[in-house]
Amino acid sequence: MSILVFTEHRNGKIKKHAFEAVAYAAAIAKNISSQVIALSVGKVEEQELSLLAAYGAHKVISVTQDAYNYLDNQLYSQLIHEVAQNENSDCIVFCNSNTGKAIAPRLSVRMKAALVAGAAAIPSSFNPFTVKRRSYNGSAFSNVIVKSDEKIITINQNSCEVAENPVPVSIEQYTPKTDVAVAKTSVKNVDVVAGKILLTEAGIVVSGGRGMKSGDQWKPLEELAELLGAGIACSRPVSDEGWRPHDEHVGQTGKIIAPDLYIAVGISGAIQHIGGVSGTKIMVAINKDKDAPIFSYADYGIVGDAFDILPRLIDSIRKFKSA
Amino acid sequence: MKILVCLGNVPDTTTKIRFNSDMTRFDVTGVQWVINPWDELALTRAIELKEQSGGKIEKVTVVNVGKIDSEPTIRKALAIGADDAVRIDADAADSYFIAAQIAEAVKSEKFDIIFAGIESSDYNAASVGGMLAEFLDIPSVSSVSSVEITNDEMILKREIEGGKETLTIPTPFVAIIQKGICINPRIPAMRGIMMARTKPLTVVPPADIQLMTEMSVFELPPAKGTCKMVDAEDTDKLVDLLHNEAKAI
Repeated sequence: MSILVFTEHRNGKIKKHAFEAVAYAAAIAKNISSQVIALSVGKVEEQELSLLAAYGAHKVISVTQDAYNYLDNQLYSQLIHEVAQNENSDCIVFCNSNTGKAIAPRLSVRMKAALVAGAAAIPSSFNPFTVKRRSYNGSAFSNVIVKSDEKIITINQNSCEVAENPVPVSIEQYTPKTDVAVAKTSVKNVDVVAGKILLTEAGIVVSGGRGMKSGDQWKPLEELAELLGAGIACSRPVSDEGWRPHDEHVGQTGKIIAPDLYIAVGISGAIQHIGGVSGTKIMVAINKDKDAPIFSYADYGIVGDAFDILPRLIDSIRKFKSA
Repeated sequence: MKILVCLGNVPDTTTKIRFNSDMTRFDVTGVQWVINPWDELALTRAIELKEQSGGKIEKVTVVNVGKIDSEPTIRKALAIGADDAVRIDADAADSYFIAAQIAEAVKSEKFDIIFAGIESSDYNAASVGGMLAEFLDIPSVSSVSSVEITNDEMILKREIEGGKETLTIPTPFVAIIQKGICINPRIPAMRGIMMARTKPLTVVPPADIQLMTEMSVFELPPAKGTCKMVDAEDTDKLVDLLHNEAKAI
């Protein structure tokens, strides 16, 4: 038996979340004496693929045919099913990303395998197979018992320790038998902002709320983000007002993120916002209202006006960086 | 053409989440129930598409898996502008169960466009739409933030990391809807509320579907320690704490 991990990359670079998925699978494999096999779809160099071995992948299957250049949910789920059959995989691990959410549910029905979506920790028990997952928009977790032999897990960020566990690896270039005519979607245009730090991949996220007063006053936040190599996010009122694009909205109906450090500036901390950032490791809140709910979620807080504090904070970080 | 919108009945998004004493059940005391926020956006877009279609889209149907207590939420969808509704009379156990029930209930009616909200605000599994598409053996597109119909061609935009893709797709298909699909969800007008009372709401018995998962216990996140306050003048101190204590920078 084996555990198959669908590993995502961006422009040929394997994502941090994908390494975590491999580490997650390795943690399961150790407990049920199984082996971790990674599947990569798209053009990724062998040298990059071999990095997956550091986290416990014994074998990497690489599919690079042009038919797989764009995500088609039917084509991809059939491909993964085919590989799972070849490799005798009874457990499939995905990142709980846009791509994972697009494919894993289809595969679950195809394989008649239970799906645990949004796992927040490695399984707490292997018999019965029990996994803790995020629910109620991050306000709670539910422990789910899997009743089928085959299972699919999509993991949230920061759901396990990304432990190094180097193993020898073989890389196999694979030509799928799946009929590419099952793909019915046809991508006409791709519009990607080059160089933008992805919120779902960023270690540090700087986020602004209504306290930033208007869309043209974002400069100090942008400066802070650039200094920290951070992604930029916002609360819902900000994107609803059109101050910032929707893809920067984190919260219940926006993006769910789990950075190591989240700096919330002028965000009051409504429960809907917290739902999107509850996986954050360390939270800093800057708000002029000392009673703002955000301070009951934050680890560090400063009460004061954002436009007064941000320039000082930027100076302090500059000083720290140059020290 | 016909549009189907999958509808979840969920606790209002400001609900304080509590469980019974042995943590096996969500405590529904005093909870207000609403249309799942993403489903509400999907429904709004479905109604807009019907209005813009010049009669080509004959109707918008909503489907829900739930017991009788989800009917006020279904009526609200009818008041917003859905034409009719189907309620599958079963507790919504998990995503697989819900998708299998909906597939059974709608397969004979052949909807051209099916909308499902990307996730529910209670279970958050983001799975029903994809599972339903696989049960029906039709294409699906996830993270959809725009659906337009131009000269009978279906043009969808989906969010990818760092941007968007525009794609076309033949009917029938499932579009899994996220934020951005419409500006604001519609709210029912008085006329809509009156009309909703007489719109058809069909209740069908559930199919026999085997459960793939079982709920064990719920957990609340560990309580946060107190927030360490730093003087507004002393941003050096914050940087020091983030570096030496939190090891975050």
